[in-house]
Amino acid sequence: MSLARRIVPCLDVRDGRVVKGVRFRDHVDMGDIVGLALRYRDEGADELVFYDITASPEGRRLDRAWVERVARVLDIPFCVAGGIRSVEDARAILFAGADKVSVNTPALERPALIAELADAFGVQCVVVGIDSLRDADGEWRVRQYTGDPSRMRALPRRTLDWVVEAQRLGAGEIVLNCMGHDGVRTGYDLDQLRAVRAACAVPLIASGGAGTAEHFVDVFREADVDGALAASVFHLGAVRIPALKRALAAAGIAVRPWEAAS
Amino acid sequence: MTRVAVIDSGVANVGSVVYALERLGVTPEVTADAGAIRAADRVILPGVGAAAPAMARLRQVGLDAVLRTLTQPLLGICLGMQLLFERSDEGDVECLGLLPGRVQRLVPGADARIPHMGWNALHDVRDVPLLDGIADGAQAYFVHGYAVPPGECALAACTHGVAFAAVVGQGRRFGAQFHPERSAAVGARLLRNFIENAS
Repeated sequence: MSLARRIVPCLDVRDGRVVKGVRFRDHVDMGDIVGLALRYRDEGADELVFYDITASPEGRRLDRAWVERVARVLDIPFCVAGGIRSVEDARAILFAGADKVSVNTPALERPALIAELADAFGVQCVVVGIDSLRDADGEWRVRQYTGDPSRMRALPRRTLDWVVEAQRLGAGEIVLNCMGHDGVRTGYDLDQLRAVRAACAVPLIASGGAGTAEHFVDVFREADVDGALAASVFHLGAVRIPALKRALAAAGIAVRPWEAAS
Repeated sequence: MTRVAVIDSGVANVGSVVYALERLGVTPEVTADAGAIRAADRVILPGVGAAAPAMARLRQVGLDAVLRTLTQPLLGICLGMQLLFERSDEGDVECLGLLPGRVQRLVPGADARIPHMGWNALHDVRDVPLLDGIADGAQAYFVHGYAVPPGECALAACTHGVAFAAVVGQGRRFGAQFHPERSAAVGARLLRNFIENAS
């Protein structure tokens, strides 16, 4: 028996609704937050991530009312991301019932935020989300303000360097979003995830590219990630979590049996 | 109606524990008041974060002494469970000393990344009222970097690199290293057992 690999549906939140775009653009409404959260819980999701995709680019704080709404009904862990710029922002989200907060753009603007959060709440509460894209010279580099195409920025920071620095500062988990693969459902970016895995001693969650159950088998097998995050395949029903878990178990990958959730 | 006190220890997961109890139909009182805690039928000590600041806060408001003298069933959750032991290596701090043993750092390894974060299976589950309906292989949600070696008071174990105590109990003092409030049906069952059966 060993630690189960996690299946993590990601719900992008805009104005209190779940939305989904392709390559971070053209968002369409996917439904109510609580309804979708409970559906995924019932299907056997191991954890949920909620990204408020408009909070960071608009420079506003995340609305905590929906966090509390989710926390009241959900009995699996969930992480909240978007617009968390300070210990006080994080405290409001964690006290509203989130288990973890994920910081992305604000941590790039001010890396000390990671250490401040780890000191205040423990590293286990602190997830660092990294949006990463391969440049023409072959290097993976991080992107900023990815929730808004008109404001998105490329940074000179190499993804692998940022992975190392984030851990040193106190990241308890890394979510690597491989933007070149996001939403296109052709499989996770195994090359990049393998490279990041080698530099990442804390739990690593793969994000971007899932299209079939085989893609999940591949990412656990080939990149040894601790969890796999996906959005559109779950929202659209292309991959159902119970069938996915059966496929993973058949491939010899440790999963939490979804029957245990009922 | 069982009166349940959830100790307001100033940590983040108090709300989640309250919601989990409310889903079971129990309305707990969140309190740091010694009288209210002593008057409750069940007491829950939640906790996330680090041992040293958590102990410092309990001492500051005098709750360490209250917890040491409770006679009703007490359940510590995650860090709250670790605080029941004698000492923690996290910050090398003296804890409540209600259960024998020392909290130690989990050792990172190729197949054991730290923090231990995610769903893992319980094993060596003992036949006790607190674990009624929970069998070997049941999975619970863990998030921690420190743990207690499986000793005499272990009621269930878990393995992440090394085996550690996942549920503990001695007399009326209990603890869960995992988060029952986030462990779906398994967690709900443990909380319900604690409210209804533990004595």
